[in-house]
Formats: sequence, structure tokens, C-alpha cells
Amino acid sequence: MTAKTFEPIAPRPAPVRTDGPVAWAKQNLFADWKTSAGTLMILGLLLWWAPQFFNWAVVNAMWRPDAEACRADGIGACWGVVAEKYRLIIFGRYPFDEQWRPLVATCLMVGLLVISCIRYCWKPWLPVVCVAVLAAFFTLMYGDTMGLTKVETDRWGGLPLTILLASLSIVMAFPIALVVALGRRSNLPAIRSFCTIYVELIRGVPLISVLFMASFMFPLFMPQGLTIDVLIRVLVGITLFAAAYMAEVIRGGLQAIPKGQIEAAATLGLSYWQTQFKIVLPQALAMVVPGIMNNFIAIFKDTSLVTIVSLYELTGALGLALNSDADWRPYKIEGYLFIAMIYFGFCFAMSRYSLWVEKQVNKSKLR
Amino acid sequence: MTTSTPPKKNNWSWRSQAFRGLIYQVIAIVVIGLAGWFLVHNTLENMRIRGIQSGFDFLTQPAGFDIGESLYPFDSGEHYWAAFLVGLTNTLRVAIIGIVITTVLGTLLGIGRFSRNALVRGLCSAYVEFFRNVPVLLQLLMWYLLFTEMLPASYEAWQVGNFYLSKGGLIFPVPVWAAGHAWALAGLVAGLLLAWVYRKWAFTQFEATGQLRSMFWAPVAIVSAMAVLGWVLGGAPTEMNTPSKGDFAIENGGALTPEFLAVLLGLSIYTAAFVAEVVRAGIQSVSRGQAEAAAALGLSKGQEMRLVMLPQALRVIIPPMTNQYLNLTKNSSLAVAIGYPDVVSIANTALNQTGRAVECIAIVMLVYLTTSLSTSLLMNWYNDRAAIKER
Repeated sequence: MTAKTFEPIAPRPAPVRTDGPVAWAKQNLFADWKTSAGTLMILGLLLWWAPQFFNWAVVNAMWRPDAEACRADGIGACWGVVAEKYRLIIFGRYPFDEQWRPLVATCLMVGLLVISCIRYCWKPWLPVVCVAVLAAFFTLMYGDTMGLTKVETDRWGGLPLTILLASLSIVMAFPIALVVALGRRSNLPAIRSFCTIYVELIRGVPLISVLFMASFMFPLFMPQGLTIDVLIRVLVGITLFAAAYMAEVIRGGLQAIPKGQIEAAATLGLSYWQTQFKIVLPQALAMVVPGIMNNFIAIFKDTSLVTIVSLYELTGALGLALNSDADWRPYKIEGYLFIAMIYFGFCFAMSRYSLWVEKQVNKSKLR
Repeated sequence: MTTSTPPKKNNWSWRSQAFRGLIYQVIAIVVIGLAGWFLVHNTLENMRIRGIQSGFDFLTQPAGFDIGESLYPFDSGEHYWAAFLVGLTNTLRVAIIGIVITTVLGTLLGIGRFSRNALVRGLCSAYVEFFRNVPVLLQLLMWYLLFTEMLPASYEAWQVGNFYLSKGGLIFPVPVWAAGHAWALAGLVAGLLLAWVYRKWAFTQFEATGQLRSMFWAPVAIVSAMAVLGWVLGGAPTEMNTPSKGDFAIENGGALTPEFLAVLLGLSIYTAAFVAEVVRAGIQSVSRGQAEAAAALGLSKGQEMRLVMLPQALRVIIPPMTNQYLNLTKNSSLAVAIGYPDVVSIANTALNQTGRAVECIAIVMLVYLTTSLSTSLLMNWYNDRAAIKER
């Protein structure tokens, strides 16, 4: 009888790591020769280009508001133009000594926008705060009370104007859009066709023609002796424009509500308005919040067009600040980049928020 | 047993839904009609008081202004309607070329977000996030600034072969028109017809015998061969109008102005970010099982994309893509801000010269409405073709 010797089986190799940076890079950057070639090419381009850009934007940049120094050889970006002109760019033609007023007003407005995005603040007091902030905004900007000097609306400009136009028009567009969206799905042919014509007409023309209408034709529409401020005319134009687009978004939500919901409401004896406000709209609106946020972003960007009808919001204010100044005019590109970053900051924040809302809305469906 | 008949419904009672609906509609029509009458009345009254002339008769008067660029010659002695026509062709030129560029670029970016290479994915999403969140007007102004301030003057233009890029725009050689080109064009048309016939034949053959023939490269070869044949038959004209460096400017050759380039690039790059999102959503809407099933059937990667994924993704892609095309066309009206003579810019000039605000704005709106509605009709027709064929 031979003694059995214990012979261990050779151990299996340890499993390949499938997480961690090395494995990730192997899978996502160097999976096969094609991906590797692509990675190396892009990395090469980035390594060649990024340092140049970094040198231009940071290392060789001139930060002091000194136009002479900017003109020297080897100087990259001249951020001094922002340091020199930021008050003109951000506040437009608002009287220089009074610019704390638009600053406070803008901060209030941005604060309002931020708190109305936070779920904790969706309480009955929010509308009250909205009205209060709007009143404060107009009081601060227009003045003429409480010892503030009067500043006509044609001197308003820059960021406060951009934020005012975007937020007011979206808020005013919402009820119009709601009515139009319901009207487009109404059984009454006259109302349905009016709403359809309105939406298709507005969506078929560019915003700029609506703005031209607001600034050139609107005065003709009004009775003799009645003149309306150009800011209000433009605001009405943007509102009507935004409402048509928003109505389509809301209609999309309405169409997604199954017919059974409406039939169930009818069985319970609810009237048309009860059905809409208690059954259909709460479900539909929750669904279209991301769409409305997209609308808001689009309108925020579109406010830049009012510069074409001579209202100096952010884009217009930059032209105002630099076009007539021969010293600083060559550095307009830095100015453009500066306001592009402001727009980008606002729009990017909103699009991230809209993603978050979308997640919240879908949460209820995942149960 | 007594039978109780339900009370007869009075059609003219407030409790009848139909009657209430009728009343609501009458009220709506009256209110909108009154509002319309109020606006028209005020407008006519204001025009009478201010002595503004109205009517479209100004269209047949000489325009009296020059247009920076047009596809065909235009001089200031011609009528207003001719000027509007030039504006319209300029708008359409930018819109059509822009749509082609934006579709190609946007599709590449959209597909790039599914790349296995993380760098490509990252770059594509960075592109989309950046260009989507900056106003298109600002982008147009930036491109225009780059083209007019950052490029070298035209006497020291950048040169690649016979192409010159400078503040004066992009200048390139164009062939001198000769009868041979008409022949080549005729050959191209004949080739297209022939290729179409070939594809039909190949398809019936495939259905009858199962034998697969080249459905793409062979038609392409037919079209190009016919075009070359036409060109050779026409005497093979090779004379080119080549630009050359003069003392102050670049002479001869065809030119694209910086305004056109700025509008074209700005609009295409901006819209491509949106198109990329549309394409991404479309591809994501096709379930993974479809790709796996196609692989299980032994289709190649290309066939899988062409025969299985794309036809299903297209259904989701087409409606929002139409919207993006329309947006690009409508955004081309921003060209007025950088002085590209599109229809809005011409209307603006005409408005300032004649004071006929209502008519000029009406023409602009009509142009865009027609373009929008015809594009959506065309795309709806295509959408019907691509829609699911149900019993």
C-alpha cells in the first residue's frame, strides 16, 4: 500500500481586476489598436494645443486694466478689459453712482430663482416672496420713491435686464401657454383653430421678426396718444413667443395622460375644469417640468436678441462698452469670452437642475 | 308598471354642453374679432395721421441700395422685389448648406458619445455642453470677430494650394463655365437615373434569388462614371479661374465673404450640439436586444447599424431633427447682426428707406412661414415613410 501524498492543485490565477484606474484605462482608452490609436492621436492634439491655450489665457495674460501693457509683445489674453469695463458690461448704461441698486436687485432676483428651485421652499409663502422680490426689483431699478433717484427704463441694461426679461417672460408665458395648450385640445372647433393658428404662426417665424414687430409696429397698433415703454413692448413680444413654444411642451404632457383618467373623472361627475385642474394638469405638468426648464434656458439665451432692437442687455452692453473705445476695442474677444462664461454658468446650472428634476419625477414611477 | 321617460333634453338650455360650447365659441370669436378690429383700426388711424403710405406698390420702385453679396449680380437700380429675392436666396443658401454641415457634424458627435474611447466620449459631451449653453447670437458675433479681426489682411493671406483665407474671406478657384460642364451635368442626371434603375433591378434580383449585389458602391460608380463620360464628351474643359495674389488684394477666383462664413459656421456649430443630442436620444431609444439579435443572426457591424439600428432610431430622430432644421433656418435671421444680407437684413434696410414697417415685416414673416411649413410638410412625408408599418 503506497502512501498517498498530498498533491495540492495548482492555484488558479487571481481574477483580473475589473475596477480601478488601470483597468478602466485599459477598457476605455486602450481596448484594441483602433481605440489606442485614437487615444494617442487625441492626447497628442491636446498636449500640443492645451499648453498654448493655457499660456494665452493664464500665463501670458494681462490682468491689470492697462491697455498700453496689453499691446506689448508676447502678451496673451488681455483680461484687463474685463477689469476695466466690468461695470459697463454688467450694468449697461445705468448711472454709475447708482449701480449698487441693480446689483442688489440682481442678487435678490437670482436668490429668488435659486430658492424657487429648492424643494424645501415649495410652500405657500413662495408666491408671496416672488411678488415681494419683483416689487423690490422694480422699486430699486426704477427708483423715484424713498429717496432713490428716478432711472428711466432706457438706461437699464446688462445682466439685470437679461435676468428680468428671461424670468418675467417665462412667468407670464406660463398661464398663456396653459390656456393655449388646453385650447388646442378642446372639442370646440373655433377655440381649437384659434389656438392652433397662434402656435403655428409664432413657431413659424423667428424671434427677431417678433421683436421687430414689438419695436416698430406696436406703436402703430395702439390708440393715439398712448405710448408704451419699449421694455414692456419687447417683454410682451418675448412672452407671446415663449408662450407658443411652452404651449407645445405642455400639450405633449397632456397627450401623455391616458384617456382612462379623463373617463374616470367623468364617471365621478367632475366638470371639465375640475377634471383638468384636479386630474390632468397635476400629472401632465409634473411630466413636462424638464421641457419647461429647457424653454427657460432657450428664452434666457434668446434675450440676447433684444440687442438688435437697441436694448442693452448683456450682449448689447458689451458692444456699448467696447465699440466706441479705440483703446480697448482690440480686446473684444476677451469680453465676449467673459459674457459667454456668464451665460454658460446660468444655462449650465439650469440644465443640471433640469436633469435633477427629471430624476425626481421619474422616481415616483419607479416605486 | 309605469314607464318613466327620462326628461327630454332641452337643446337650448344652459345645462346642455353643446349649447354652452356654442356660446363660448361665439364669445371667443367676438372678443378676438373686436381685438383684431381695434388693432387694425388703430393702425390705419395712426398711419393716416402720421402720413405713412401703405401698400406693396413700393416693391416695383428702384431699391437704391447695393447688396454686399449675392449669388447673381444685383445693382442698386433694380426694384425692391429683386432685392428681397436676393435676400431670400442668401437666406436659403446659408440655411441649406448649414443644414448639410450640421447634420453631418451632429450625427458624428451623437454617435461619438457611444464610442468605446472615453476621450472621444468626453470631448463630444464637452462640445455639446459648451455650444448648447451659449447664445447663438454671441457665437455668431464671436465668429465674425475672429474672421474680421484675427485673420491676416488680404495681401498676406494664409494660402493652402490655390485657396486663400484672409479678412477678405475664403477665396478659391472656380472652373470657367464651358459647354463641357453642361455635358457633365447631363451625364450626372443620366447616371442618377441609371443608378436608380440598377438599384431597382438589383433589389428584385435579391428578392428573387437571394443573391446580394452591391447596393451602394455600384450606383456611386455608375453616377461618377456617367458624369466623367459627359465631361469627356463635352471636350473635357479644364480651364480654371484661379485666384492670384495682387498687390493689395487677391484677384479673380470665387469668394465666400467673412459674413457668410461666420453665419454658416456659427449656425452649424451651434445647431450641431442640438442635433447630437437628438441622435443620441434616437440611438438610445433602440433597445440593446435589437443589436444583440442582429449579431446573433450573423449581421456585420455595418449591416447591424444600417439595417436594424438606424431604421428604428430614425423614427425617434426625425421629428426633433425637423425642429432643429427649422431652428437653424429661423436663426439664420440673426445674420442681420453681423451684416450678412439675408432677407431680414434687406427688409430692415427697405423699412428704413421707405418707412413701410407693416409690409416689410409681413414679407419677412411670410418668407419664414412658407419655409417652415414646407419643410415640416416634407419631413412629415418622410416621417410617414419611416413610421412603423402596422396592419
